[in-house]
Amino acid sequence: MTEEKKKIKMAVYWGAACGGCCVSVLDVHESLFTVVEHADLVFWPIALDTKYADVEAMEDKSIDLTLFNGAVRNSENEHMAHVLRKKSKVLVAYGSCAHMGGIPGLANLSSKKEVFRRAYHDSESTVNPDKIEPQTVTEVKEGTLTLPEFYEEVKTLDQVTDVDYYLPGCPPNTARLVEVFLAVVTGAELPPSGSVVGASDKPLCDECKREKSDNKKVKKFYRPWEVQDDYKTCLLEQGIVCMGPATRSGCGARCIEGNGPCRGCYGPTKDVVDPGAKMMSAIATMIDSNDEEEIKKIVESVVDPAGTFYRVSVPGSIIRRKVS
Amino acid sequence: MSYEPKIVGFLCNWCSYTGADLAGTSRMKYPSNIRILRVMCSGRVDPTFVLKAFREGADAVLICGCHPGDCHYHEGNYKCLRRYHVLKKYIEQMGIDPKRLRLEWVSASEGKQFAALVEEYTQQIRELGPCAVKEELDKGEKKKETVDADLAKTA
Repeated sequence: MTEEKKKIKMAVYWGAACGGCCVSVLDVHESLFTVVEHADLVFWPIALDTKYADVEAMEDKSIDLTLFNGAVRNSENEHMAHVLRKKSKVLVAYGSCAHMGGIPGLANLSSKKEVFRRAYHDSESTVNPDKIEPQTVTEVKEGTLTLPEFYEEVKTLDQVTDVDYYLPGCPPNTARLVEVFLAVVTGAELPPSGSVVGASDKPLCDECKREKSDNKKVKKFYRPWEVQDDYKTCLLEQGIVCMGPATRSGCGARCIEGNGPCRGCYGPTKDVVDPGAKMMSAIATMIDSNDEEEIKKIVESVVDPAGTFYRVSVPGSIIRRKVS
Repeated sequence: MSYEPKIVGFLCNWCSYTGADLAGTSRMKYPSNIRILRVMCSGRVDPTFVLKAFREGADAVLICGCHPGDCHYHEGNYKCLRRYHVLKKYIEQMGIDPKRLRLEWVSASEGKQFAALVEEYTQQIRELGPCAVKEELDKGEKKKETVDADLAKTA
């Protein structure tokens, strides 16, 4: 069987990421052979030794499919976003970080100065008597050393370049990735540019198997460890903030299957501009009081609204970082 | 020119907008700093509207609805009250002074009170100074020139 089969060229890159998205690609398990049968992986820092210069030397639009995971935290991430955009036919923001900023995006609740202070001076394990901080340019006698510039704020991929598709999730459900991959390989008609792929337009509650009633009235919100879950009733009805109503389905409700509340990693449902605003709206509706003082007390029990409603989406929200 | 704040007002159709209208038809004067948007109910004010107003340069947002118990839709104003407190907590975390968001009840007959409210709130915001959201967030927007300059380095 030496018959030449036209393979697609594929790249996977990570910006400010934890590596989980790359692992979710590996989670295709034995199907990886099928992937390799249909695609040449031309760039994948976690697995291959292709250098940036090799990518820069590729012809424009020569990569058929690029999965960009991770947020844009520094000038290196942004540079590779620009390069990969130029070299790729289809650029996919893969995972919550590239889509909305993800967990690294929570750093937008602090300034760069505060991040540096904590990381290089104040943290318990740091010994830095000379108060040294990373510099983008350092002159030594052997020459000039450079480091990427750490940005003032974490950005989403589409804030630095044009993105064709968004494949959400932290990490994306591997089955959804396979569906998208097969669509590209088989040359199926792709959805319009800018679409969210590998997820449904319906909210997660649609997919969730827990028992739900219309009686969503809450006198106090609890953090998950503060209540004994009964393992069958809707978590919201038990007073646990679950992002289900404001989040796309597609993940298979995997957090709820594990008896944890939804964190919103699949992002807001169709046509919603701000990921957390709808959840704030929903939570407020559930507050079981018309008395202002009592309402204030119930709101107090939502300990960290920014970190709860925008856990994976601070950079992708309307007020995308804390202002001074 | 001295600083003049921009205030976005969301007024419910049934009470507060009618109240503001009464202030107008009674020829009462109040500062033109407020830009009024009529909504059918204060319960219609989605948190997105408020955040978008701040993002686009509002120095403050004033929401007015019917007095408790008077809502045309029975409890829209209570929903608004609850959202307002959640939002206030959130904007404070994002570095926006919670005083920049205010909820007041104004009935259809309270034209005078509405004019006084706008007068007093405008003065308060004037003293607070401009809201930094638009200016700071505009700085970080994607710019095509930076993309071209960055790619030129590798060409």
